[in-house]
Amino acid sequence: MAQRALAIIAGSALALLTLGPIAVVLLRAEGFGSFRPGDLDAVRFTVWQAFLSALVSCLFAVPVARALARRRFPGRAVLVALLGAPFILPVIVAVMGLLAVFGGAGLVNTVLGALGLARFDIYGLHGVVLAHVFFNLPLATRMLLQGWLAIPSERFRLAASLNLTPRATFLVLEWPLIRRVLPSAFAVIFVICLTSFAVALTLGGGPRATTVELAIYQAMRFDFDLGRAALLAMVQLGMALVAGMVAWRVSLGSGFGAGLDRQTPHWGARGLWFDAFWIGLVAVFLLLPLGMVILRGLPGLWLLGSDTLRAAGHSLLLAVASTTLCLIWALPLATRRGELLALSSIALSPLVLGTGLFLILRPFVNPFSMALPVTGLVNALMALPFALRILRPEAEAIRSDFGRLAQTIGLTPWAWTRLVFLPRLRRPLGFAAGLTAALAMGDLGVIALFADPDRATLPLQVYRLMGSYQMEAAAGASLLLLCLSLGLFWILDRGGRVGA
Amino acid sequence: MLEVKGMRLALDGFALEGDFALQPGETIAVIGPSGAGKSTLLDVIAGFRKPDAGQVLWQGQGLSDVPPQARPVSMLFQDQNLFPHLTLARNLGLALRPDGGRVTPDEAARVEAALKTMGLEGLGNRKPGALSGGQQARGALARVLLQARPIILLDEPFAALGPALRQEMLDAVTEVAQVSGALVLMVSHDPSDARRFARRVVYVDGGRVHAPVETKVLFDDPPPALRAYLGQEPG
Repeated sequence: MAQRALAIIAGSALALLTLGPIAVVLLRAEGFGSFRPGDLDAVRFTVWQAFLSALVSCLFAVPVARALARRRFPGRAVLVALLGAPFILPVIVAVMGLLAVFGGAGLVNTVLGALGLARFDIYGLHGVVLAHVFFNLPLATRMLLQGWLAIPSERFRLAASLNLTPRATFLVLEWPLIRRVLPSAFAVIFVICLTSFAVALTLGGGPRATTVELAIYQAMRFDFDLGRAALLAMVQLGMALVAGMVAWRVSLGSGFGAGLDRQTPHWGARGLWFDAFWIGLVAVFLLLPLGMVILRGLPGLWLLGSDTLRAAGHSLLLAVASTTLCLIWALPLATRRGELLALSSIALSPLVLGTGLFLILRPFVNPFSMALPVTGLVNALMALPFALRILRPEAEAIRSDFGRLAQTIGLTPWAWTRLVFLPRLRRPLGFAAGLTAALAMGDLGVIALFADPDRATLPLQVYRLMGSYQMEAAAGASLLLLCLSLGLFWILDRGGRVGA
Repeated sequence: MLEVKGMRLALDGFALEGDFALQPGETIAVIGPSGAGKSTLLDVIAGFRKPDAGQVLWQGQGLSDVPPQARPVSMLFQDQNLFPHLTLARNLGLALRPDGGRVTPDEAARVEAALKTMGLEGLGNRKPGALSGGQQARGALARVLLQARPIILLDEPFAALGPALRQEMLDAVTEVAQVSGALVLMVSHDPSDARRFARRVVYVDGGRVHAPVETKVLFDDPPPALRAYLGQEPG
């Protein structure tokens, strides 16, 4: 059937685009290039920062999720929604916000300085971990919160009627849940942090805070040592695959958290101040950097140069192209098997893929001239697993609800797609498009590898402005980026809902 | 003639066998306990399930390699008989133009006529959600009427309706059968449905599709298994 053929084409393209670059990297890495003394440090640092980031995120997530699960307060829904925001927040924007709070001239250091205390230096290991916790504490909290709210409230009622002590309630009801959810949250965050590039690029660096991804970038950009870049890419691939497989084994399928607005009544739950402390802490930790981005960005908006505006244009174009490609790719793959296939690309780092594509393109064209198309392609590929996770359940429901009806009427495949499948898939399609567009808009990965000054994207432009100490212009550009990312998400997600 | 020859297929825990023939234009009730394989039998005839052995023939032609959409069959399911996001008229138009193209004025007139036959005049612009349960069922019947295939399969499409509405629908089905001259097979739990609607009854139980029997003959002197199913004392 035509649909089957399309699925096979989409699946093959996926396999080719992931395995092809890897094969090229492997071939190239064997040819020449060798490790340098610093490379082992990079491996050690990569694993260590990912471990710390996952650990801190998970430890803090427990009291926060517990507090959110059992307290009702004004703004709770907003806070829970905010926990989903880091997913579509451009990394560079978050970094700007964190710098405004924890950076050299930031709020924290101003306070510390006024008190005559030692200053806090954000660059290095703790900065990298801080940024990773900013992104992943919400993720871990959401995963735990979902588990918490899945405990039937009858159990808590039973615990209350048995007059269990808080300690006993915790041991009987909550501890088993934590033990079930937390390992998978840890594993997922560990994998994410292992392949994180933009954070290490902006807050790490130097011999003591270089990740493997960053080392690949440096080998490509500064030394133009393709053999060594390929070798490092192989190391990165190996680490990510091992960690990815472990994560896959312990993962539970986290989903995007429907129904997180429920809250379980807890009879006689004590520790109001304890809960309030954690909720307040996480709210400040998430809101303060974002608030600073807006506050510092507003005056900077008047400093937006033509370079920045052009970069914004590139980014918008890129986001639209990536989204279109990703959705066209995802539709035929929206089956269980397709989702599994796409999942393999989660463990692949964009930099490894980028290196491979660079090596493939080099004999034919100047890779730098292909910066935007390659970035668009990699972005679509990276968003594919998320898009499929959103689309697959609904796509399968449509097929099982209406497949037989379509067959008994004898609908042609095109009529089925146009009149039934797409219209009924509109809502998840809008949501998936919004996520993909926001991810593509904010991505700072492959583009850093390929770009020349004429082909910058907005995140790269922010990074360049930061690098040349034009902090106000960088703040303005970040605010623009933030608005564009959230705006694209909002418009597309909304488009799927209106009249549906 | 619709022939089911040497059919055999494995269901969970038992095998369903059948060997029978039905005449064009007949009205047939398929009755039997739930889980006996009534719906499965319809799925085999419609082509949604392949039997492990045997075949289905229509007018002497084997249907084994014919996909559901190309079989001389239209089917009403237990639910989801209309696309909920399309208007009733658009739903019915698809029966005439399965490629989703615009219907011609002539075809539009046929849609209107089918709506009228089913007592749905003027409701073509409504979406199924804005129709009552009975209207939805009649809309689905209008779709089957427009498809004008020689075999109509009804897999308990009226199970969710109340008793009065269900009787009304049975009469509507009888009318569709008369208008279209199609062979109609309807699955039902309820013997009174069979009495009201069917000339002959196919009884499915104990892993066997029994050969069709005249409705009156069957219910006046039911075999022991059917007697037990109906809850009648042997007498």
